[in-house]
Amino acid sequence: MISFLAAVLIVLGLFFFAGGSVGILRFPDFYSRLHPAGKLDTMGLLLSLTGIALYVVQDLTLSAILTALKIMLIVVFVFITSPTATHAILDAGVRAGLSPWTAPGKRGRT
Amino acid sequence: MNVENISPEHIPPVRRVRTSTLSARTRKGISFIIAFCICLATWIVLSGRFDALHLTLGVLASGVVALGAGTILISWRGLGRLPRQWLGFIGYIPWLLYQIFLANLHVLYLAFHPRMIELISPEIIHFKSRLKRPMSLFIFANSITLTPGTITVFVSITGEFAVHAIDEPSAASLPGKMEEKVARLMGE
Amino acid sequence: MMETFFLYAAIALSLIMVLSLYRAVFGPTVLDRMVGVNAIGSKTTVLLLLIGIIYQRVEMFVDISLAYACLNFIAVLAASRYFQKRKGLYDEGH
Repeated sequence: MISFLAAVLIVLGLFFFAGGSVGILRFPDFYSRLHPAGKLDTMGLLLSLTGIALYVVQDLTLSAILTALKIMLIVVFVFITSPTATHAILDAGVRAGLSPWTAPGKRGRT
Repeated sequence: MNVENISPEHIPPVRRVRTSTLSARTRKGISFIIAFCICLATWIVLSGRFDALHLTLGVLASGVVALGAGTILISWRGLGRLPRQWLGFIGYIPWLLYQIFLANLHVLYLAFHPRMIELISPEIIHFKSRLKRPMSLFIFANSITLTPGTITVFVSITGEFAVHAIDEPSAASLPGKMEEKVARLMGE
Repeated sequence: MMETFFLYAAIALSLIMVLSLYRAVFGPTVLDRMVGVNAIGSKTTVLLLLIGIIYQRVEMFVDISLAYACLNFIAVLAASRYFQKRKGLYDEGH
Protein backbone atom coordinates (compact mmCIF):
# COMPACT_ATOMS: atom_id res chain seq x y z
CA MET A 1 0.00 0.00 0.00
CA ILE A 2 2.73 2.44 1.00
CA SER A 3 4.75 1.35 -2.06
CA PHE A 4 1.78 2.20 -4.23
CA LEU A 5 1.53 5.69 -2.69
CA ALA A 6 5.28 6.15 -3.19
CA ALA A 7 4.96 5.11 -6.84
CA VAL A 8 2.12 7.59 -7.39
CA LEU A 9 4.18 10.39 -5.82
CA ILE A 10 7.22 9.56 -7.96
CA VAL A 11 5.14 9.49 -11.16
CA LEU A 12 3.63 12.87 -10.23
CA GLY A 13 7.11 14.22 -9.60
CA LEU A 14 8.27 12.94 -12.99
CA PHE A 15 5.29 14.68 -14.56
CA PHE A 16 6.32 17.99 -12.98
CA PHE A 17 9.92 17.42 -14.15
CA ALA A 18 8.65 16.80 -17.68
CA GLY A 19 6.63 20.01 -17.51
CA GLY A 20 9.74 21.87 -16.40
CA SER A 21 11.80 20.54 -19.31
CA VAL A 22 9.11 21.25 -21.88
CA GLY A 23 8.72 24.73 -20.40
CA ILE A 24 12.45 25.37 -20.71
CA LEU A 25 12.26 24.37 -24.35
CA ARG A 26 9.12 26.31 -25.27
CA PHE A 27 9.17 29.63 -23.45
CA PRO A 28 10.30 32.55 -25.59
CA ASP A 29 13.10 34.20 -23.64
CA PHE A 30 15.60 33.68 -20.88
CA TYR A 31 13.56 35.40 -18.15
CA SER A 32 10.42 33.38 -18.72
CA ARG A 33 12.45 30.17 -19.04
CA LEU A 34 13.52 30.64 -15.43
CA HIS A 35 9.91 30.19 -14.28
CA PRO A 36 9.59 26.49 -15.19
CA ALA A 37 13.29 25.81 -14.57
CA GLY A 38 13.44 27.14 -11.04
CA LYS A 39 10.08 26.06 -9.73
CA LEU A 40 8.51 23.15 -11.53
CA ASP A 41 11.82 21.39 -10.87
CA THR A 42 11.63 22.22 -7.16
CA MET A 43 8.08 20.89 -7.00
CA GLY A 44 9.01 17.73 -8.89
CA LEU A 45 11.94 17.21 -6.58
CA LEU A 46 9.71 17.62 -3.51
CA LEU A 47 7.16 15.09 -4.78
CA SER A 48 9.57 12.43 -6.03
CA LEU A 49 11.88 12.65 -3.02
CA THR A 50 8.87 12.37 -0.69
CA GLY A 51 7.91 9.24 -2.61
CA ILE A 52 11.40 7.78 -2.31
CA ALA A 53 11.50 8.61 1.42
CA LEU A 54 8.15 6.87 1.92
CA TYR A 55 9.43 3.81 0.07
CA VAL A 56 12.62 3.72 2.14
CA VAL A 57 10.94 4.28 5.52
CA GLN A 58 8.72 1.18 5.13
CA ASP A 59 11.32 -1.04 6.79
CA LEU A 60 11.14 0.90 10.07
CA THR A 61 14.71 0.12 11.04
CA LEU A 62 16.90 2.86 12.50
CA SER A 63 19.08 3.19 9.42
CA ALA A 64 16.04 3.40 7.14
CA ILE A 65 14.55 6.19 9.26
CA LEU A 66 17.87 8.06 9.21
CA THR A 67 18.06 7.68 5.43
CA ALA A 68 14.52 9.05 5.06
CA LEU A 69 15.47 11.98 7.33
CA LYS A 70 18.46 12.69 5.12
CA ILE A 71 16.27 12.62 2.02
CA MET A 72 13.94 15.17 3.62
CA LEU A 73 17.04 17.21 4.49
CA ILE A 74 17.86 17.34 0.76
CA VAL A 75 14.33 18.66 0.12
CA VAL A 76 14.74 21.40 2.74
CA PHE A 77 18.15 22.28 1.33
CA VAL A 78 16.83 22.54 -2.22
CA PHE A 79 13.87 24.64 -1.05
CA ILE A 80 16.27 27.14 0.50
CA THR A 81 18.84 27.19 -2.30
CA SER A 82 16.65 26.99 -5.41
CA PRO A 83 15.23 30.56 -5.14
CA THR A 84 18.74 31.83 -4.46
CA ALA A 85 20.17 30.08 -7.54
CA THR A 86 17.29 31.34 -9.70
CA HIS A 87 17.82 34.82 -8.41
CA ALA A 88 21.59 34.65 -9.08
CA ILE A 89 21.06 33.69 -12.74
CA LEU A 90 18.37 36.35 -13.13
CA ASP A 91 20.62 39.00 -11.60
CA ALA A 92 23.41 38.05 -14.01
CA GLY A 93 20.96 38.53 -16.88
CA VAL A 94 19.77 41.93 -15.63
CA ARG A 95 23.33 43.19 -15.15
CA ALA A 96 24.40 41.95 -18.58
CA GLY A 97 21.59 44.04 -20.02
CA LEU A 98 19.33 41.39 -21.53
CA SER A 99 15.95 42.95 -22.25
CA PRO A 100 12.87 40.85 -21.42
CA TRP A 101 10.59 39.58 -24.15
CA THR A 102 7.13 41.14 -24.08
CA ALA A 103 3.98 40.00 -25.83
CA PRO A 104 3.70 41.66 -29.26
CA GLY A 105 0.39 43.44 -28.61
CA LYS A 106 1.41 44.84 -25.26
CA ARG A 107 4.66 46.54 -26.13
CA GLY A 108 3.20 50.04 -26.03
CA ARG A 109 1.05 49.58 -22.95
CA THR A 110 3.64 48.79 -20.32
CA MET B 1 7.47 42.05 26.29
CA ASN B 2 4.72 42.50 23.76
CA VAL B 3 6.27 43.18 20.38
CA GLU B 4 3.01 43.85 18.59
CA ASN B 5 2.27 47.22 20.16
CA ILE B 6 5.63 48.79 19.45
CA SER B 7 6.30 50.50 16.14
CA PRO B 8 9.62 49.54 14.49
CA GLU B 9 11.31 52.85 15.38
CA HIS B 10 10.97 52.10 19.06
CA ILE B 11 12.55 48.68 19.06
CA PRO B 12 16.29 49.50 19.22
CA PRO B 13 16.27 51.22 22.66
CA VAL B 14 14.23 48.37 24.13
CA ARG B 15 16.77 45.88 22.82
CA ARG B 16 19.66 47.80 24.34
CA VAL B 17 18.10 47.85 27.78
CA ARG B 18 17.35 44.17 27.63
CA THR B 19 20.78 43.02 26.50
CA SER B 20 22.66 45.10 29.03
CA THR B 21 21.20 43.08 31.91
CA LEU B 22 23.34 40.10 30.94
CA SER B 23 27.11 40.09 30.72
CA ALA B 24 28.87 39.50 27.44
CA ARG B 25 30.20 36.19 28.70
CA THR B 26 26.76 34.79 29.46
CA ARG B 27 25.48 35.85 26.06
CA LYS B 28 28.41 34.17 24.35
CA GLY B 29 27.83 31.04 26.41
CA ILE B 30 24.17 30.80 25.46
CA SER B 31 24.99 31.34 21.77
CA PHE B 32 27.65 28.64 22.06
CA ILE B 33 25.28 26.11 23.63
CA ILE B 34 22.51 26.62 21.06
CA ALA B 35 24.92 26.48 18.12
CA PHE B 36 26.55 23.36 19.60
CA CYS B 37 23.23 21.55 19.94
CA ILE B 38 22.21 22.38 16.36
CA CYS B 39 25.58 21.24 14.99
CA LEU B 40 25.51 18.00 16.98
CA ALA B 41 21.95 17.18 15.83
CA THR B 42 22.99 17.72 12.20
CA TRP B 43 26.06 15.55 12.72
CA ILE B 44 24.04 12.69 14.20
CA VAL B 45 21.47 12.76 11.38
CA LEU B 46 24.17 12.85 8.72
CA SER B 47 26.54 10.25 10.19
CA GLY B 48 23.93 7.81 11.49
CA ARG B 49 26.36 5.91 13.73
CA PHE B 50 26.24 5.82 17.48
CA ASP B 51 29.52 4.20 18.54
CA ALA B 52 31.95 6.04 20.79
CA LEU B 53 34.42 7.05 18.08
CA HIS B 54 31.88 8.77 15.82
CA LEU B 55 30.13 10.50 18.73
CA THR B 56 33.46 11.82 20.08
CA LEU B 57 34.41 13.11 16.67
CA GLY B 58 31.01 14.76 16.38
CA VAL B 59 31.30 16.46 19.76
CA LEU B 60 34.78 17.71 18.86
CA ALA B 61 33.74 19.02 15.44
CA SER B 62 30.58 20.74 16.72
CA GLY B 63 32.59 22.23 19.59
CA VAL B 64 35.13 23.77 17.22
CA VAL B 65 32.41 25.13 14.91
CA ALA B 66 30.32 26.51 17.77
CA LEU B 67 33.36 28.10 19.41
CA GLY B 68 34.38 29.83 16.20
CA ALA B 69 31.03 30.74 14.72
CA GLY B 70 28.52 30.57 17.59
CA THR B 71 28.02 34.31 17.84
CA ILE B 72 27.61 34.57 14.05
CA LEU B 73 25.14 31.69 13.71
CA ILE B 74 23.00 32.65 16.71
CA SER B 75 22.85 36.42 16.94
CA TRP B 76 21.79 37.61 20.36
CA ARG B 77 19.66 40.46 19.05
CA GLY B 78 16.99 38.26 17.54
CA LEU B 79 17.13 35.56 20.20
CA GLY B 80 14.13 36.74 22.22
CA ARG B 81 11.88 36.62 19.18
CA LEU B 82 13.20 33.28 17.97
CA PRO B 83 10.74 30.81 19.59
CA ARG B 84 7.76 32.87 18.46
CA GLN B 85 9.14 33.06 14.92
CA TRP B 86 9.69 29.33 14.73
CA LEU B 87 6.14 28.69 15.88
CA GLY B 88 4.88 31.11 13.25
CA PHE B 89 7.06 29.40 10.68
CA ILE B 90 5.41 26.05 11.33
CA GLY B 91 2.08 27.65 10.51
CA TYR B 92 3.46 29.47 7.48
CA ILE B 93 5.10 26.51 5.71
CA PRO B 94 1.95 24.43 4.96
CA TRP B 95 0.22 27.52 3.59
CA LEU B 96 3.28 28.28 1.44
CA LEU B 97 3.41 24.68 0.19
CA TYR B 98 -0.27 24.83 -0.74
CA GLN B 99 0.28 28.10 -2.64
CA ILE B 100 3.34 26.64 -4.38
CA PHE B 101 1.31 23.62 -5.43
CA LEU B 102 -1.61 25.69 -6.80
CA ALA B 103 0.66 28.03 -8.71
CA ASN B 104 2.81 25.16 -10.02
CA LEU B 105 -0.29 23.70 -11.64
CA HIS B 106 -0.77 27.04 -13.37
CA VAL B 107 2.75 27.08 -14.83
CA LEU B 108 2.40 23.40 -15.78
CA TYR B 109 -0.78 24.27 -17.67
CA LEU B 110 1.06 27.09 -19.44
CA ALA B 111 4.02 24.88 -20.35
CA PHE B 112 1.87 22.21 -22.00
CA HIS B 113 -0.64 24.57 -23.62
CA PRO B 114 -0.36 24.45 -27.43
CA ARG B 115 -0.95 28.19 -27.84
CA MET B 116 1.18 29.17 -24.85
CA ILE B 117 2.76 32.11 -26.63
CA GLU B 118 -0.57 33.95 -26.76
CA LEU B 119 -1.38 33.35 -23.12
CA ILE B 120 1.74 34.73 -21.51
CA SER B 121 2.68 38.38 -21.29
CA PRO B 122 5.88 38.73 -19.27
CA GLU B 123 6.45 42.08 -17.61
CA ILE B 124 8.48 43.52 -14.78
CA ILE B 125 6.36 45.17 -12.10
CA HIS B 126 7.53 47.44 -9.30
CA PHE B 127 6.00 47.90 -5.88
CA LYS B 128 7.00 49.01 -2.42
CA SER B 129 6.62 46.63 0.48
CA ARG B 130 5.85 47.75 4.00
CA LEU B 131 8.14 45.13 5.53
CA LYS B 132 11.12 46.60 7.36
CA ARG B 133 13.41 43.91 8.72
CA PRO B 134 16.04 42.39 6.40
CA MET B 135 15.01 38.88 7.48
CA SER B 136 11.35 39.40 6.59
CA LEU B 137 12.34 40.95 3.25
CA PHE B 138 14.47 37.86 2.61
CA ILE B 139 11.63 35.47 3.44
CA PHE B 140 9.17 37.47 1.36
CA ALA B 141 11.50 37.61 -1.65
CA ASN B 142 12.16 33.87 -1.51
CA SER B 143 8.44 33.15 -1.16
CA ILE B 144 7.75 35.26 -4.26
CA THR B 145 10.38 33.34 -6.19
CA LEU B 146 9.03 29.97 -5.04
CA THR B 147 5.45 30.76 -6.07
CA PRO B 148 5.53 30.22 -9.82
CA GLY B 149 4.58 32.99 -12.17
CA THR B 150 6.71 35.49 -10.31
CA ILE B 151 10.45 35.85 -9.73
CA THR B 152 12.06 38.56 -7.63
CA VAL B 153 14.46 40.55 -9.78
CA PHE B 154 15.63 43.08 -7.27
CA VAL B 155 15.04 43.96 -3.61
CA SER B 156 16.42 47.01 -1.88
CA ILE B 157 16.91 47.24 1.87
CA THR B 158 14.12 49.83 2.05
CA GLY B 159 11.63 47.36 0.61
CA GLU B 160 11.39 48.24 -3.09
CA PHE B 161 10.69 45.16 -5.14
CA ALA B 162 11.04 44.51 -8.85
CA VAL B 163 9.27 41.30 -9.83
CA HIS B 164 9.21 39.51 -13.17
CA ALA B 165 5.73 38.09 -13.71
CA ILE B 166 4.88 35.60 -16.45
CA ASP B 167 1.27 36.66 -17.04
CA GLU B 168 -1.36 39.04 -15.77
CA PRO B 169 -3.07 36.91 -13.08
CA SER B 170 0.30 36.27 -11.40
CA ALA B 171 1.20 39.96 -11.59
CA ALA B 172 -2.13 40.99 -10.07
CA SER B 173 -1.66 38.78 -7.01
CA LEU B 174 1.22 40.86 -5.62
CA PRO B 175 2.00 41.91 -2.91
CA GLY B 176 -1.31 40.75 -1.49
CA LYS B 177 -1.89 38.12 1.14
CA MET B 178 1.62 36.75 1.28
CA GLU B 179 3.02 40.05 2.55
CA GLU B 180 0.44 40.11 5.36
CA LYS B 181 1.36 36.56 6.32
CA VAL B 182 5.08 37.34 6.41
CA ALA B 183 4.43 40.54 8.40
CA ARG B 184 2.42 38.65 10.99
CA LEU B 185 5.02 35.89 11.12
CA MET B 186 7.86 38.29 11.86
CA GLY B 187 5.83 40.37 14.29
CA GLU B 188 5.93 43.59 12.28
CA MET C 1 7.90 -5.49 -9.17
CA MET C 2 8.91 -2.23 -7.47
CA GLU C 3 12.47 -2.60 -8.79
CA THR C 4 11.15 -2.66 -12.37
CA PHE C 5 9.09 0.44 -11.62
CA PHE C 6 12.14 2.30 -10.31
CA LEU C 7 14.15 1.21 -13.34
CA TYR C 8 11.54 2.65 -15.71
CA ALA C 9 11.26 5.81 -13.60
CA ALA C 10 15.04 6.28 -13.88
CA ILE C 11 14.90 5.78 -17.66
CA ALA C 12 12.06 8.30 -17.98
CA LEU C 13 14.02 10.79 -15.87
CA SER C 14 17.05 10.36 -18.15
CA LEU C 15 14.87 11.05 -21.20
CA ILE C 16 13.54 14.21 -19.51
CA MET C 17 17.15 15.25 -18.88
CA VAL C 18 17.88 14.91 -22.61
CA LEU C 19 15.14 17.51 -23.25
CA SER C 20 16.88 19.96 -20.91
CA LEU C 21 20.20 19.10 -22.55
CA TYR C 22 18.91 20.67 -25.78
CA ARG C 23 18.72 24.03 -24.00
CA ALA C 24 22.16 23.55 -22.51
CA VAL C 25 23.73 22.82 -25.91
CA PHE C 26 21.84 25.16 -28.26
CA GLY C 27 20.77 27.96 -25.89
CA PRO C 28 21.15 31.34 -27.58
CA THR C 29 22.93 32.95 -24.61
CA VAL C 30 25.31 31.68 -21.95
CA LEU C 31 22.62 32.18 -19.31
CA ASP C 32 20.20 29.92 -21.19
CA ARG C 33 22.83 27.21 -21.03
CA MET C 34 23.14 27.76 -17.30
CA VAL C 35 19.37 27.36 -16.88
CA GLY C 36 19.60 24.05 -18.72
CA VAL C 37 22.56 22.83 -16.68
CA ASN C 38 20.82 23.79 -13.43
CA ALA C 39 17.70 21.87 -14.46
CA ILE C 40 19.80 18.79 -15.29
CA GLY C 41 21.55 19.08 -11.91
CA SER C 42 18.34 19.07 -9.91
CA LYS C 43 17.12 16.00 -11.82
CA THR C 44 20.42 14.23 -11.20
CA THR C 45 19.77 14.51 -7.45
CA VAL C 46 16.66 12.36 -7.89
CA LEU C 47 18.32 10.05 -10.41
CA LEU C 48 21.12 9.23 -7.96
CA LEU C 49 18.55 8.21 -5.32
CA LEU C 50 16.70 6.04 -7.84
CA ILE C 51 19.97 4.33 -8.77
CA GLY C 52 20.58 3.82 -5.07
CA ILE C 53 17.24 2.04 -4.68
CA ILE C 54 17.84 -0.13 -7.75
CA TYR C 55 21.21 -1.25 -6.34
CA GLN C 56 19.74 -1.44 -2.79
CA ARG C 57 22.38 0.88 -1.36
CA VAL C 58 20.23 3.95 -0.63
CA GLU C 59 22.06 4.85 2.59
CA MET C 60 25.24 5.29 0.55
CA PHE C 61 23.74 7.10 -2.43
CA VAL C 62 21.83 9.56 -0.27
CA ASP C 63 25.10 11.16 0.82
CA ILE C 64 26.28 11.44 -2.78
CA SER C 65 22.94 12.97 -3.67
CA LEU C 66 23.17 15.56 -0.88
CA ALA C 67 26.70 16.45 -1.93
CA TYR C 68 25.55 16.76 -5.54
CA ALA C 69 22.72 19.15 -4.60
CA CYS C 70 25.24 21.26 -2.69
CA LEU C 71 27.71 21.24 -5.58
CA ASN C 72 25.03 22.16 -8.10
CA PHE C 73 24.04 25.19 -6.04
CA ILE C 74 27.61 26.40 -5.61
CA ALA C 75 28.40 25.89 -9.31
CA VAL C 76 25.38 27.96 -10.36
CA LEU C 77 26.25 30.73 -7.90
CA ALA C 78 29.88 30.87 -9.01
CA ALA C 79 29.06 30.79 -12.72
CA SER C 80 26.45 33.53 -12.45
CA ARG C 81 28.84 35.72 -10.43
CA TYR C 82 31.41 35.18 -13.16
CA PHE C 83 29.14 36.01 -16.08
CA GLN C 84 27.38 39.00 -14.58
CA LYS C 85 30.36 41.27 -15.25
CA ARG C 86 30.37 40.36 -18.94
CA LYS C 87 28.73 42.68 -21.38
CA GLY C 88 27.59 41.39 -24.74
CA LEU C 89 26.46 37.89 -23.94
CA TYR C 90 23.31 38.91 -25.74
CA ASP C 91 22.44 36.70 -28.74
CA GLU C 92 25.77 35.02 -29.22
CA GLY C 93 24.27 32.76 -31.89
CA HIS C 94 23.73 35.54 -34.42
